This record gives sequence, structure tokens and C-alpha cells, in this order.
Amino acid sequence: MLKDITIGQYFPGDTLVHKLDPRVKIFTAILYIIALFFVKDFYPYIFIILFIATVVRTAKLPIKFIIKGLKPLMFIIIITFTINLLFTRGEVLFSLGPISVTKEGIIQSVFMALRLILLIVGTSLLTLTTSPIALTDGIESLLSPFRKIGLPSHELAMMMTIALRFIPTLLEETDKIMKAQMARGADFESGNILNRAKSLVPLLVPLFINAFRRADELATAMEARCYRGGEGRTRLNELKFDKKDSAILLSLIVFFGFIMSTRYW
Amino acid sequence: MIINIENLNFIYNIGTPFEKKALDDISISIEEGDFVGLIGQTGSGKSTLVQHLNGLIKPTSGKITIDGIDITNPDTKMKEIRKKVGLVFQYPEHQLFEETIYKDIAFGPKNLGLTEEEIELRVREAMELVGLDYETLKDRSPFEISGGQKRRVAIAGVIAMKPKVLILDEPTAGLDPKGRDDILDEIKKLYERENITIILVSHSMEDIARLANSILVMHNGKVIMHDKTREIFKSADLLEDIGLDIPQVTKLMKEFKKRGHQVKEDCLTIEEAKEELIKYLRGTKNA
Amino acid sequence: MENEIMINIENVSYEYKSYVDDSIQLAVKDLSLNIKRGEFLAILGHNGSGKSTLAKMMNGMILPTRGEVYVNGINTKDEDKIWDIRSKAGMVFQNPDNQIVATIVEEDVAFGPENLGIPPEEIRKRVDDSLETVGMSEYKKHAPHLLSGGQKQRVAIAGILAMEPDCIIFDEPTAMLDPSGRKEVMETIKRLNKDKNKTIVLITHYMDEAVMADRVMVLNEGENVLMGTPREIFTQVETLKKLGLDVPQVTELAYELRKEGFDIRKDCIIIEELVEAL
Repeated sequence: MLKDITIGQYFPGDTLVHKLDPRVKIFTAILYIIALFFVKDFYPYIFIILFIATVVRTAKLPIKFIIKGLKPLMFIIIITFTINLLFTRGEVLFSLGPISVTKEGIIQSVFMALRLILLIVGTSLLTLTTSPIALTDGIESLLSPFRKIGLPSHELAMMMTIALRFIPTLLEETDKIMKAQMARGADFESGNILNRAKSLVPLLVPLFINAFRRADELATAMEARCYRGGEGRTRLNELKFDKKDSAILLSLIVFFGFIMSTRYW
Repeated sequence: MIINIENLNFIYNIGTPFEKKALDDISISIEEGDFVGLIGQTGSGKSTLVQHLNGLIKPTSGKITIDGIDITNPDTKMKEIRKKVGLVFQYPEHQLFEETIYKDIAFGPKNLGLTEEEIELRVREAMELVGLDYETLKDRSPFEISGGQKRRVAIAGVIAMKPKVLILDEPTAGLDPKGRDDILDEIKKLYERENITIILVSHSMEDIARLANSILVMHNGKVIMHDKTREIFKSADLLEDIGLDIPQVTKLMKEFKKRGHQVKEDCLTIEEAKEELIKYLRGTKNA
Repeated sequence: MENEIMINIENVSYEYKSYVDDSIQLAVKDLSLNIKRGEFLAILGHNGSGKSTLAKMMNGMILPTRGEVYVNGINTKDEDKIWDIRSKAGMVFQNPDNQIVATIVEEDVAFGPENLGIPPEEIRKRVDDSLETVGMSEYKKHAPHLLSGGQKQRVAIAGILAMEPDCIIFDEPTAMLDPSGRKEVMETIKRLNKDKNKTIVLITHYMDEAVMADRVMVLNEGENVLMGTPREIFTQVETLKKLGLDVPQVTELAYELRKEGFDIRKDCIIIEELVEAL
């Protein structure tokens, strides 16, 4: 189940999309989300779907991979669909006891489900084509103007890097501790909610203690490698914003501007 | 026969591109009361195999019977399996979580549904078996004692469940020589006193030679050798081929024999080698 | 000016407060030691003998309560020079997992030089060279968590090498590794000393690793109890055992046979030597 979540996963490649400056991609993702919620009609979504199709093609991402990424979130999509279907008022098409389905309800629920799917697919494209490091660098660079007002952009980026680095390690450790406690007869699967929450103590306590120990050792190791914050630091791979990046950014701004303008037609 | 494994297979990530055969058609049986050393390189399937033995991993196919119970049968209660087989993981001190040493050791027996009196008795026994003083330590926090002591508390937590088969995965990893010797001595004492079956997973051939009666050798998910310790270490070349070693003294005796000296080559410990060499050297001197 | 002495430790003590009963404990007691440039020194001792504390004083991670430590002639108490000291005396720790910062091998190796403010082209060169030295070049785009313990530890070593230190302090680098990982790491350390001329301080409790050193110091309760070449140290079987340390099986066997009255040279440390002697 955990393995199926493609959000946040990176699909390595060497395409135009992969090589695009991460700042352009992050900015586009923000534009994309705004556009998605700005639009009120079905037909602009055709352009958005076309946009996604183009990105997927160019980045050579397997369609299956993207569909698989939707699976763990299917539950939320279905709930959104059902709520909109049942609770939108309007022209009643048919009813079953207290439940009635309206024409507006059908349109609204399909629209909302589509919007959610496009939101998930669109944002996962960002992480699928951008390595965690590039993503962090991009965020750090985009946030750096806010340093003046006291936003610790470098520290935030560093925290993100370390989190990404240790997620697999901690997952592995969770699995190990869980098994070790199960070997001592712990039961994580049955009982009511209260009992289950209680049964997590033998898992969570060691997990936290080990995480603190790791954090302590990591801090020592970082200090030994002369880490002293973002001041005066250089980077192995510095972000470069070239002509191609500006051209693409400009056309994307025009494209999403056009989509948003459909609201006023 | 306490453990019987028939045609055990296990495949990781079945049906994905990451599919990997971790256990390949394993059929072995282990006698009750045996002390088995399980050796093999990292990734040879040792950990996967021992986790099958107490039901933490379900096999892809095959059958495992422990003390007459088919543990691969889905109807078998997990609690029954845990009573039969205790598993001490690598770095077991990383799983300690209670406020006091007593409570931590009592966790396993409590899960078995024993009475308070029985639990207290077992904690007392288990602590004594691993060389921890009950009265002075029972109310201490398991987090404020030394590394070697923490490990003993963790091992006691499994011993207190009184399993018929005790599996220890690298119980001496990361300890210094003194800590290692202490733990190994306690394991030996436990084996001699409690009359249980022990499976010891280790990378140290010296430790295995010192303790195990028989050895299982794993390579690429298969059990490629299963014999008495002495016999296994005679096949030094075969072991070397799969990246394993033999104890230094055994190597020495082999080398010495190669030079034309008539000595027993299957000495496993320094004491054995010493006796053999003394006998041989005195013999040649007198002749 | 190049200094003949890499690390100079003068009458150093380190005190700390015990967390059990708040009493003052001494981890290191009035210890003096000179480590020469290009030397390979092994420090042996059981857990709690003070060896890790001593190691951490060698690059200013902790400061001595009494006495002075000089790295390359610079006092570790000199706050302005602390980053010079740490880049000249690099340190590799026990747990390979807890010293790798980045999600890609080469990014991690770059971490040190990035902190030192080295220009990107120079970092690129150092990263490639360091990975080459430890034999991990083909893994430079890999995620560290998928590597074996020995490989992770080599990446950690490359990360230190990229700072171009004169000296590397290894704090039990093989304690958590399997035999093949240990071999990989020990061969790398030996190569760094012989080919790259790095001063090596190896803290360990494995005798077979200390055999590779030029000099061995045995630490007990924060005090230097034995010092000499590996051969000189290993012949003290009785003392070492009393200190809770191991000797190679061959050495112990030779010692036992001598006790029985056989005339065997007592400084056998490898199998061939004892076979010869017999």
C-alpha cells in the first residue's frame, strides 16, 4: 500500500521536462493549481488534459505508473463524487426514498471528481520529473527572497533533504521494530481503536528514541564535516536559469493565463 | 525432530519488476536439543528463513512444522507459535520501550496471557539466566544502563516467554570482546541448563565453532550444507568459494598438515589445537 | 610550513558528569600523545575505555577539560580556526546510516566541500576523485539507503576525503559491518595511508585490524597502558586479556604452547608465521 503512492516519487529520466529548471516546474505547478480551481466549466479542462498528455509524452512517463498513483487516493475521489452527487440541489432526475439525484448533482460530481483527479495527476507530475534534490534546491531558491523577513529558507530546505534521506531508513526501522515486538507477542491488528492505539506504544517509543539517537549522531557527523548553516555555502550543482527555461516559462504563463481567462468569456 | 521444513519457497515483491527469490526450495529438519549455527553471507536468506520460523513471514509455498504444529496453516494461532519459537533480532536493545526493566521483560509473558505471579517468576528467572541482578535492576530504566546490559535485557525479554526454540540473530554484533564473551557464555549456560533448541545466526566462525553442534550453510536462498560443525569446517575451500571463512586455528592446523605433519585438522578451538599440537610435538621429539 | 607532528596531545583530561549519580567521572586521564604525519595509529580499548572521547578531542568536537590538543600546530580551543581543524582532521563514525546526509551518493560526498565554500567545478573534481579512491564511482547516482553497509561506509569516507584532510580519524568504522564490509573498509583505510599518505587514527576493538597499524596504543580507563608496534603489543597476551581485549587465535595458541615449554617465537600474528615456527 505504502509503496503504491506515487506522489513524491521520482521517475528518473533525461528528457526536456526532467532537465527543466526546478523553479520553472514549481512555479508552473502553482499556476496549474490556481488555474484548476479558477475554471468553472468543463471545456477549459480539455486544454488542461492536453497539457498533461503533452508533459507525460515528453517526459516518457508510463501511463500505468500514473494511474497506479491514483489508486490509493481512489477513496477520497469516490467520497467527493458521492457527496456532490447526493447533496447538490436542483432538478430531480430520480429518487430512492430520502435520497434524490439531481441533474446538477451529476454534473457537479463529475466535475469535482475530474478536478480532484487532475489535481493529483498534475502535482504528481512535478515530483515524478524532479529529483528530490532539485526540488529542494528549487524551493530554497524560490524562498530565498523571503530571507530578509526572517524566513529560514536554507534551513527549511536542509530539513526537507534530511527528511527525504531518512524516510526509507525509518520505514525499514519501523518494520523491524514491529516484527521484533510481534515476536514478543504484540498484536497490532486486532481490538478496538483504544486497544490499537495502546498497542502502538511498544512501536512508537523505540522508534522515537532511535530517531533522536540518529538525529544526535547525524548532527555530530555534520559538524565534523564543517556544516555551519547556509552562510558561505557553495553547491555542487548550482541552478542555472537559461534561455530555454525562460522561453518555456513565458509560454506557460500565457497558456495558463488563457485558461483562466475563460472564466470571463 | 522439533523443526521440519519442507520445500519452503519465498519470493519478495512477487509480480513486480523487483521480484526476488529469497528462499529457494528449502527442506531441512532440526533435532530437538540441537545447537545450530546458521551461517552465510549478508543477503543469503538467513534472516528471511528465521523470520519464517516464528510466523513473521508467510511462505510463498512450502510447509513448516514446529514441535508438531503446522505453523504455515492459516488456522494456527500466532500465540501458539510465539510460545514455541522465540526470536531475538539483531541489535535487540533498539526495541526496548518500557519505563522499567521489569516491565520490559514482562511484555512478552504478559502477551501470552500469564498470571502476575507466573510473570514475576519468569522475569526473575530470565534476568538471572542472562546475568542481571533482579533486585538491584528491576526498577531501573532500561535506557540508563550500559549497551551490553541493554542487550541482555532485550534477550531476557524473549527468554521469559520460555520458547522451546530460541533463535538469536547476530547477538554479539557491535559489542566489544568482553561484551561478546559474556553474552556467548550466557547463551551457552542457557543451552546447558534449559535443555532448549538454539539457532545462532552469526558471521563469526570463531563464535560458531565455540558453541554450535551443527551448522547450516546458506547461499543464494538455498541451504547448501547441513552437518556437524567439525564436518562443515573441513570443507574450507567450499566455504571460501561462497565468501565464508573458517576459524583461524582450524586454518592453521590445515596449513600445518599440508606441510606434511600428521595432525588432526579438524580442531575447532584453541584448546583443541593446543592439545593436538602438544601431543604431536612431544611425539616427534621422543621419536 | 608543514608540521612533522600531525596531532599533538599534551596532558589531556576530560571530565563529565555521570547521569546516574551526578558524580564527576574522568573519561581521559592526563594523556599525552604525538601522532606523526603519515603515521597509522590504532587505538585499542573496550567500550568505556575513553577511546571515543579521545577521538572527538582530536578534531575539536569536544574540548579537553585540562591540557591542550594541537592539530597541525593549531590549538583546538582556537574558535576562529575550528573549521580549519575539522577539514584537516576528518572523522568517520561507527554507524554508516547516521552520517550520510543527502539522497544521492555524489551529493553526499559534496556536502563537506560545499560547507567549506569550494567553487562548484572544484567540488565536482574532488567528488569524482574521492569516489574513485574508495572505489564507488559507479554508484555516484545511487540512493545511499540501497547500498550495503560496507559501501555506505566507503561513501562516508569519500565524503571526508573530499574535504582534502591530512588526517582521518576512524571511530570504530567496522563495528556494525559484516565480514565482507569490514574487509572493504579496512582495505580502503590501508590504501589511504599507503597511497594517499593520509595520517590515520583507527579506533577499534578488533585486533586483526590493529595489526595493519604502524603503532598501537591500548587505552584503559582513560589511560595509556600499552604503546608499541603491533608485534610488541600482541605478545602481551596476558595483559590484553585482562583488559577485556582479544588477541588473534594464532598468537594465543603460540603463547599457550610456550607456556607448555615449547620454544616458539612469541610474536606470531599470522598463520604462516606460526606454521613456520612449529
